[in-house]
Amino acid sequence: MEPAPAASGAGSPLLAVSDLAVRYGRAVQALRGVTLAVPDGGIVAVLGNNGAGKSTLLRTISGTCRLSRAVIEAGSVTFAGRRLTGVDPGGVVTAGVVQVPEGRRIFGRLTVDENLRAGGIRQRDRTERARSRDRVFELFPLLADRRKQRAGLLSGGEQQMLAIGRALMAAPRLLLLDEPSLGLAPRIVGQIAEVIGEINRQGTSVLLVEQNAEMALELATYAYVLELGRVSLEGSVEELRRTDQVQRLYLGGVDPGNAGAAARRERPALRRWVANG
Amino acid sequence: MTYFGVLVINGVSLGFIYGLIALGFVVIYKATEVVNFAQGSMLLLGAYIVARTHGDLGFAGAVLLGVAAGAAGALVIEFVLVRRPRHADPIALAILTIGVDIVLSTELTRRIGQDVLSFGDPWGNDTVDLGPFTVPQARMGAMAVSVGLVVLFFAAFKYTSWGVATRATAEDSEAAALMGIRRGRVSMVAWIVAGALATVAGVFLGTAPSPGLNNSSNLTALNAFPAAVVGGLDSTGGAVAGGVLIGVVQSLMDGYNDNLSFLGSPLGDVSAYAVMLVVLLWRPSGLFGTREVVRV
Repeated sequence: MEPAPAASGAGSPLLAVSDLAVRYGRAVQALRGVTLAVPDGGIVAVLGNNGAGKSTLLRTISGTCRLSRAVIEAGSVTFAGRRLTGVDPGGVVTAGVVQVPEGRRIFGRLTVDENLRAGGIRQRDRTERARSRDRVFELFPLLADRRKQRAGLLSGGEQQMLAIGRALMAAPRLLLLDEPSLGLAPRIVGQIAEVIGEINRQGTSVLLVEQNAEMALELATYAYVLELGRVSLEGSVEELRRTDQVQRLYLGGVDPGNAGAAARRERPALRRWVANG
Repeated sequence: MTYFGVLVINGVSLGFIYGLIALGFVVIYKATEVVNFAQGSMLLLGAYIVARTHGDLGFAGAVLLGVAAGAAGALVIEFVLVRRPRHADPIALAILTIGVDIVLSTELTRRIGQDVLSFGDPWGNDTVDLGPFTVPQARMGAMAVSVGLVVLFFAAFKYTSWGVATRATAEDSEAAALMGIRRGRVSMVAWIVAGALATVAGVFLGTAPSPGLNNSSNLTALNAFPAAVVGGLDSTGGAVAGGVLIGVVQSLMDGYNDNLSFLGSPLGDVSAYAVMLVVLLWRPSGLFGTREVVRV
C-alpha cells in the first residue's frame, strides 16, 4: 500500500476524531474538543507535555477510557466510516485499531510467545495468526530467539519491541503508539523509529503520541500539538518545525527553523532531557 | 510406621480435594481480584444436587447435573455481584460474597437438616492395598480424579487461549483489554471453573470414608481457603501444594490426636489455620505467591 499524502483535508481519513471532549469525574476535563485525522497509510504525530491529554485521546479511541472512569461528553471517533465511540476495546481491536500502551505494559510473567498469543487472541483464523507471527518475527528477529523466555527478563528496548509485536499480532490497519520512546536509550529509540517506519511502509497507518518531538517529527508527515486538552497547533511536519512554539517547547532549540537532522543529532543528551522533562 | 503412611496417603488424597477448591479461589482471584468466600456454599449447592439426584439419574448423571448446577450458581453470583457494579472495589465484593455464602449455606443446611446425604458410594466401601498400606478405595478414586482434574486444569491454563487470556488479565487487565481480551468473559469462565471444581470436591468430601454430605460440609470446604493462602493467593501451583500440605497436616493431627491431647481436640479442625499462620509469618505472600501483588 502506498502511503497517502498526509493532509487532514485529503479525502475521507481512515481515523477521524471530531470535537472530542472527555472528562474524568467532575473535576478533570482531559480533552476539550479535539479534532484530528489520520489518513490511510499515513503517520500522524501528536505532541504534548504530561497532562496535555495525549493518553486520554488514545484511550478514548481504543475504548479503554471507561476502565479509568472517563466519560465522553461530546464528539465522536470514526474509523473507516464506522463509529468507534461506545464500542468496547475488543470491538475496536476487531475493527482494526490496536493500541500499544504507554510504558510497554508487556505481560512480564508470560513468555514472549504467550505475549504474542495474547495479542492475537481475537484473530480466530489460524493461518492469519501464523502470518502475523511470521511478520512480527521478521520485524523483530530478536523476539524469535527469545520466544520461550519470560517477557519480564527482556531489556527495556526489547520489551518495547515485544509490545509493538504483540499489537501487530492483531493485524491492525491503524496502530496507536503511546510514547514508544519513553525511558529508552537514544540508540534504541532510533531502532524503534526505524521499525515504526517499516511497519508503516508495509501498509499500517500510525498515530504516534510522543513527548520526544524529535523522533515523532522525523517519522510523521503531519502533526498536532496538544495543550491542556486542546489542539493548539497543527500542520505538516515541515511547517511545524518552523514554528517558534515547537522549536522552543519540543525541539529544545534556539536552532533556526531550518535546522537539519545532522545538526540536531549533535546534542542527544540535551534533546532527550528537554523532550522528556 | 504403617499407620503414619496411611495417614499421609489419606492426607494427600484429602489435600488434592482441598486443592480443587483452592484452585477455584485462585482462578477467581486472578481473573477478578475478588476473594470468593462463597466457595463453600457453591460446593454445598453442587454436592447437594448430586446427593438428591443420584438415585434417579445414576451417579454419573447426577455429577454432571451437579457440576452444571454448581457452575450455574457461580455464574449467577458472578453476574449479579461482580459484573454489574463495574467499578466496585474487590474488597467490597469479597465481603458481598460472604453475604452470599451465609444466605446460600443457611438455605442449604436448612434443607439438609440433620440428614447425612449419601452419594450412593460409587466406589463402594472396599479398601486397596498399596504395599503395606491399606486405604479406602474411595480415597484412591478421589485422588485419581482430583489429580486428573488438576493436570487438566494446568494444561488448559498453560496452553489454551483461555489460559493465556486469564493470565494476561491477571497481570495487567488494562493491557489485556487493549489486546481485545474481554475481561467479562475471563471472569465468567473463572467462576464457572471454580463452581464446577467445588462441586466435584464436595462430592469427594462426602464419599467414604466420610459418611456423606451433612450440614457442615461447607465448613470443611473452608479449609481450602487457608490452602489457597498458604500456597499464595495468586498461584495455581501454590493452591494445589497448599491443599496437599494442609490435607496431610490435618490427617496427621487427627491421627495422632490422642498423643497430642494436651493441645486439645479435635486438632484436625484447627490445623489448617495453624499451618496458615506459621507459613504467613515466614512468607507473607504464601509459598508461591507473588511477593507483592500490586497492579500498576
